[in-house]
Amino acid sequence: MRRRDFLRLLTAAPFAACAVPALAAALPARLLILVELKGGNDGLNTLVPHADPHYAGLRPRLAIARDTLLPVSDSEGLHPALARLMPAWEAGELAIVRGLGYPEPNLSHFRSIEIWDTASSSHDYLADGWLARALARRPSPAHFAADGVVVGAADLGPLSGGAARTIALTDPEQFLRSARLASSEAVPVANAALAHVLRVEADIRRSADRLRPGRGLSTAFPGGPFGTAVKTAAQLAAHPENALAIRITLNGFDTHANQLGTHAGLLRQLGEGLACLRAGLQEAGRWNDTLVATYAEFGRRPRENQSGGTDHGTASVHFVMGGGVNGGLHGEPPRLDRLDANGNPAFSVDFRSYYATLLRGAWGLDSAGILGAAFPALGFVKGPGAISKQV
Amino acid sequence: MPRLLATLARVLAVVVSLAGGAAAWAADDAIGADGARHLLARTGFGATPAEVKAFAGLSRTDAVDRILGATRGKATLPPPAWVDEPYLPFYKVQQLPAEERQAAQRLQVERGFELREWWFREMLATPSPLTERMTVFWHGHFATSQQKVRSGQLMYRQNVLLRSQATGNFATLLRAVARDPAMLVYLDNAGSRRQAPNENFAREVMELFTLGEGHYGERDVKEAARAFTGWSIDRDSGEFRYRPFFHDGGTKTVLGRTGRFGGDDVLDILLGRPETAELLTRKLWREFVSPDPDAHEVARLAAVFRRSGYEVKPLLRALLSSDAFWSPHNRGTLVKSPVDLVVGTLRTFGMSPPAMRPAVIAAALLGQNLMSPPNVKGWPGGNAWINAATLLERKQFVDRVFRGTEATAPAEPAMGGEGPMAPQARLRRAMSRGLATYAIDWDRWAEGLGGEGADAALIQQVVLAVPPVRKPPADLEKLALVRALAADPAYQLR
Repeated sequence: MRRRDFLRLLTAAPFAACAVPALAAALPARLLILVELKGGNDGLNTLVPHADPHYAGLRPRLAIARDTLLPVSDSEGLHPALARLMPAWEAGELAIVRGLGYPEPNLSHFRSIEIWDTASSSHDYLADGWLARALARRPSPAHFAADGVVVGAADLGPLSGGAARTIALTDPEQFLRSARLASSEAVPVANAALAHVLRVEADIRRSADRLRPGRGLSTAFPGGPFGTAVKTAAQLAAHPENALAIRITLNGFDTHANQLGTHAGLLRQLGEGLACLRAGLQEAGRWNDTLVATYAEFGRRPRENQSGGTDHGTASVHFVMGGGVNGGLHGEPPRLDRLDANGNPAFSVDFRSYYATLLRGAWGLDSAGILGAAFPALGFVKGPGAISKQV
Repeated sequence: MPRLLATLARVLAVVVSLAGGAAAWAADDAIGADGARHLLARTGFGATPAEVKAFAGLSRTDAVDRILGATRGKATLPPPAWVDEPYLPFYKVQQLPAEERQAAQRLQVERGFELREWWFREMLATPSPLTERMTVFWHGHFATSQQKVRSGQLMYRQNVLLRSQATGNFATLLRAVARDPAMLVYLDNAGSRRQAPNENFAREVMELFTLGEGHYGERDVKEAARAFTGWSIDRDSGEFRYRPFFHDGGTKTVLGRTGRFGGDDVLDILLGRPETAELLTRKLWREFVSPDPDAHEVARLAAVFRRSGYEVKPLLRALLSSDAFWSPHNRGTLVKSPVDLVVGTLRTFGMSPPAMRPAVIAAALLGQNLMSPPNVKGWPGGNAWINAATLLERKQFVDRVFRGTEATAPAEPAMGGEGPMAPQARLRRAMSRGLATYAIDWDRWAEGLGGEGADAALIQQVVLAVPPVRKPPADLEKLALVRALAADPAYQLR
């Protein structure tokens, strides 16, 4: 019997209903909200190393003027379109993690996001997402609607595969309507394929029965698909028993041509969305026990291309925010003087260290068994002592 | 004359058996309607009542012979006209001014759709669904993606190649795929040269196409990569081109054998190993027989496969004639792929929609976008097809298709805000609107079943591989009964 089944059985058994497993009680239970920057965000114009003499040379047309940057250190500043992130930065609740990547980087969107989603090495093909693996090990309590919710995308990304209970929805009400097509009657069957279909169907039903779709928040959210996803995420987060992980997606970062305006628009949406997410989580009383973290398949090439855009790159910068976050700069800025044969920078922090930090910070998990090896955690999440809420 | 009598007896048997549901058989060796449905659904995409009727009176041997005898090497439908246009290499696209480049990229996406639509139509129209099932099988085995190849022409040419050997010879197919321009681009061999051999193809040809993991070492990969250097494409015509100047002519050692190997020598070494036949036999077992290959049977069949010089048809004949294939325990034990579900539903219910794009999008949203496999391993298949997201998508697909006959789909909820729709949402809307136009001609379909008298047992026998998990209410009939059966979890199986 798999461990999660065992736990389920424990919590589902009538006489054990009030006996929460002691193991789970000792672990922190933060909510993890992942934000995918789909297409590969240009990290170099997100956190601009303006003091690096190579920056202007690599970006004759795309360099962001230094006096418009939002300073975060003597040598670096955020893109001006991210202005709405500054309150979180000033409150010490925004970590900026630089140089995230992995050895032998793959420059294909599909392969590289698969590497990030499954937390594999460049040469391994793993079937399950890293969050699905983690949540199979540390499932949400049985009364939660799901382990993970994917908002506004059909691919489950880091939540795909495995034994985790994951649902995908764009609009919770619509999900509840279509979940009526699923039935929860558990019928024991010998046919393994049929048993699988029935189990997934019962999971959907159970999620639908427990999902608390909306709590009206007075926070105003932006329009558009990303704003809608942020709003849905905040509303789902408002009920702590909905899920342990939520994934939302901002599309359009594959900026091969005429990047300046497009990228500024994307970062504006990101900054606005994250600021509203913070406000919504604060309103819902969940800000202190939520970690919001961005990720993407790769960054973009430091040297701009002939079309005023940037090609596929490697290491990049990402954001983590939350009331339990150690704000500030983490990792190392890219070495623009040491680019590889493709003209891309080396990574300074393995993305699996980033994940290890999130797994420990969100759920107190030792990640070695989930990530395939021990990756040192970074310091961007405050210790368990600071966690206010436990399950 | 005796033969005619025998045929008549079988026809009579079918009439009797169809009229009496799964009841009595006149001929002892006839596979019956259940057997016919099983064989047709496993070797093709669904099965119409007429096909079930046509096969029910045959013996196992005759039924398998008829399926194998109908296979083809070419599609029946003409491909989109542009497949004959000259190949436009990506480097030329990159040199275009921004606007033209974007237009070229949009055209590429549109053509990708047209190619998939053509293939879906072929699956519906072909007299040999097995040919198309095997073409999809090889596409998953030799996974290659349009996302990287970026040429409808090259993807089409590869599709033609896969079909030409769909039930032909695996050794011939392997050698041709290793020279196939789409594959050379997809696994980076086109740019592999002796100064810097690219290991991508060399690794996957061992891990995925022939031996399987654990039957080769890193050294074998490196040495084999040297043997494939110089196997490239002409960058302007997109044709295979051997570039002797880039080829490493030195001595290599692969799997214990040493020589001045070229690519074909390495392929011969791989084809000489027993693991290759075993890997393919196991994979074909999971495609046709059950999710759990019987090790003893696999060893026996793989030996036959290898001895025949990798002829596919004798292996298929052996698989389809095996007791395991016909065992009642193995009925309905395979999860339908998205293509099975979508194309199978259209075929079973005789729908030939004017626009195929909604069906193509539906399969893609269910996780199987042909010509765009997720990675070089192809689609994982089996239970992995079904998760909470895809199962609801499947149920909505079935619901929409069967609702289309009575009412049009309600408008999709607005995406909120005035911003542009996410690509996914746009596709979903196009699919939803399109599927509302799909419809069953109930009277015609019922005619195939035997007209108004079509009873519930008979309908169930055609729609489901195994009895429904939830028995529909006894008063349901006709389309309402079909809808209830298609909503049952058992409809996800074949």
